[in-house]
Amino acid sequence: MQNKKQIFIPLAALIVLALFNLIMDPSFFKITMGLNSEGYQVLSGPLITILDSGSELAILAIGMTLVTAASGGQDISVGAAVAIAGSVMLRVLCGTEASVSELKAPVIVAFLIACVVAMLFGAFNGILVAYFRIQPMIATLILFTAGRSIAAWINNNRLPNISNQAFTYYGGFIPGIPIPTPFIIAVACMIVIALVMKFTTLGLYTQSVGINEHSSKLNGLNPAVIKLISFVILGLCVAVVALIKVSRVSSINYSVIAKDIEMDAILAVALGGNALSGGKFNMAASILGAYVIQFLTTTLYKFKVRSDALPAYKAVVVILLVVLSAPIVRKKLSELAKKLKPAKKEVA
Amino acid sequence: MKKKLLSLILVACMAVGLVGCGGGDGKKSGDLIKVGIINNDPNESGYRTANDKSMKEMFTKENGYDASFAYSLKNDEQISSAKKFIQDGCDYILLSAADTAGWDSVLKDAQNAGVKVILFDRTIDADESLYEASIVSDMAKEGETAVNWLKGQNLSEYKIIHIQGVMGTAAQKGRSGALDAQVAADANWSLVTQQTAEWNAEKAQQIVQSVIDSGESFNVIYAENDDMAKGAVAALDKANISHGVGKDVIIMGFDCNKWALQELKAQNWNYDGQCNPFQASYIDEIIKKLENGEKLSQKVVIMDEKGFDATTITDEDVENYGI
Repeated sequence: MQNKKQIFIPLAALIVLALFNLIMDPSFFKITMGLNSEGYQVLSGPLITILDSGSELAILAIGMTLVTAASGGQDISVGAAVAIAGSVMLRVLCGTEASVSELKAPVIVAFLIACVVAMLFGAFNGILVAYFRIQPMIATLILFTAGRSIAAWINNNRLPNISNQAFTYYGGFIPGIPIPTPFIIAVACMIVIALVMKFTTLGLYTQSVGINEHSSKLNGLNPAVIKLISFVILGLCVAVVALIKVSRVSSINYSVIAKDIEMDAILAVALGGNALSGGKFNMAASILGAYVIQFLTTTLYKFKVRSDALPAYKAVVVILLVVLSAPIVRKKLSELAKKLKPAKKEVA
Repeated sequence: MKKKLLSLILVACMAVGLVGCGGGDGKKSGDLIKVGIINNDPNESGYRTANDKSMKEMFTKENGYDASFAYSLKNDEQISSAKKFIQDGCDYILLSAADTAGWDSVLKDAQNAGVKVILFDRTIDADESLYEASIVSDMAKEGETAVNWLKGQNLSEYKIIHIQGVMGTAAQKGRSGALDAQVAADANWSLVTQQTAEWNAEKAQQIVQSVIDSGESFNVIYAENDDMAKGAVAALDKANISHGVGKDVIIMGFDCNKWALQELKAQNWNYDGQCNPFQASYIDEIIKKLENGEKLSQKVVIMDEKGFDATTITDEDVENYGI
C-alpha cells in the first residue's frame, strides 16, 4: 500500500516546481534543437539540462536505495568513491603522463577496471557493515575521510587532463544522437535495475532483510550477504557516475569532484518517501526524487539564486520531509483528512 | 600468553623506534640548515601540487638543507606541527597557514627558541616582528592585471559571466574585487551573472548552462581558476557558442595550469593569469641572506606574476610557467 502511495511525494514536489516555473517564466519549458560545436544536432533547454545533470544523482539513487533498504543506513562515502573510480579511470587512460590527447587504453577497459575497483571499495564498506556490524554511516565515514586522498595517491597527485574529443561523448553528446549521453546511460541503468527487480528475488530479499533481519535469517536468507550485495551494487553505480563526471570535464580534481553528492543521493532516497531506517522501498520514487533535486537546482540557477545558498533551499526540503514523515504529524494529518471528507460532502 | 607476546613485540617496536630517533639526533650535522615546512595538503589543487614539488626540489640535502614536511588543511594540526618543529630544534620554519588567525603564541614560542619563521603563499594576522619575511602573491593585483587586460580588448560592451571561487578565500576576494570595482565604475560593463562555483568545473558548467538556457547574451567569461573556465567552455561547446581569439566569447582563467596555457596557445581561450607557486627560490635567497647575517631590505616580498594573452603566448611560456 505504502509502496504505491510513495511516488506521490516526489511527484507532488515535481508538480509544485513545474507550476512555479510555468507561472514565473513559461520559457523554462522550451526545448530547442540546435547545432553543437562539432556540428551535430542536439537538444537544449532547461528541461534537457535537468535530465542531463540529474543523471549522476539518479544512478546513485538506485544504489543508495538498495543500501538504505537492506542496511537501514546510508553510505556517505559515494562522493569520495567517485573520486577514486574517476582517478583509476584516468590512471588507465593517461598512464603516467599529465596531459594526453591519445588515450593509452580503450575507454571500456578503463571503465571496467574502475568498476572492479569501485565494487571492491563497496565490498569493503559492505563487509564492515554486514560482518563487523558497524553502523553504515560510521563504516563509510572511513572512506569518506580517506577516499579523496586515496584518489590523489592513485595518480601520484597529478591532475591528469585529456584532450580527446571522443572521451567527451560520455558526458556530452554522441555524434548524431541529440539526447545527452548521461541521460541515456541513466535510462540504461534504470532498465537494468528494473529487470533485476522483476526477474530476481533481490528486491524481495533486500526488503525482508531490512524489515526484520532476524526473521529473514530464520527463513533461510543470509542477511550479511544481501547487505554486502547492496553495497557492491552501489559501487557499480559509483563507477558509472565517475565515467560521466570525468568525461564531462575531461579531467579530475580530487577535492571537488562529486562533492556533497552523497547528501543529495540520500536526500533523493528520502524524497522518494523511502524510510531511511530501511525495509520497504520504491526505486522509481527515489529516481524521481533525484530529478526533483536537479529540477530544484536548475530552477534556482535560473533565478540567479546564489549558488552557495543552494544547500539552504535543500535544507528546507529536508525539514519539510522530516516533519511530514514524523508519526505525530502523520496522525494529525490523517485526522484532519477524515474531518475534511464529511465536510466536503456537505458542501456538495 | 598471546597478550604477553603481543605486548613484548610492542615494547620491542617502541625500543627500536627510540633507538631510531636517537640515532637521527646524534647524526645532526652542523652544515645542513634544518627547516620545517608546514604546507597545505598538496592534493588541494594543481597550484598546491606545483608549490609542494618546487619546495621538495629546493630544500634537499644537496642544496644544504635538512627538511621535514608537515601537511594539513587544518590550522590546529598545523600549529601542533609547528610546536614539534620548535622542539626538534629546527633553524627555520616555513609556513603556509591554513587560517590567518591563531598563530601568535606559537610564533612567540618560536622566537624565544631562536627559530626563524618565513611565511610563504599566505599571510597571517600576527605582528610583523614575529616572522622574518613573507613571500606572497598579491591576489588583488592578479585581478587588476586581468581586468586591465580585458579593458584593453576595447569591446563595445562587456557582458560578463563571473564565476567565483570559494567565497572568502584570498584568491576569490582579490580576483573578484578588481572586476566588481570596474563593473561599478563603468556603465558599459555589466555582470550577466555572478555565481560561485567553488573551484568546481561541473558547477561552473551548470551555471553557464543556465545562462545559455535562459537565452541571455554574454561575451566574456571571467572564471577565477582554470578548472572553472574549462567547465564553462564545455557548456559553450554544447551550445555551439564560439570562444577564443576573435570569436564570440572571451574566456579568462587563472592559475596557469599547463593544459590551460595549451588552450591559450590553441587560441581557444584568451587570457590566463598567473598565480606563482614557485616561492622556493625566493625563500632560498632569503635564508642565504639571513645566514650571512645580512639584513633584509623588505619584509613582505610580492612575487612577479604575469598574465598571458593568447595572441602573444609562446611555447616557451607554456613550458616555463605551466604548472
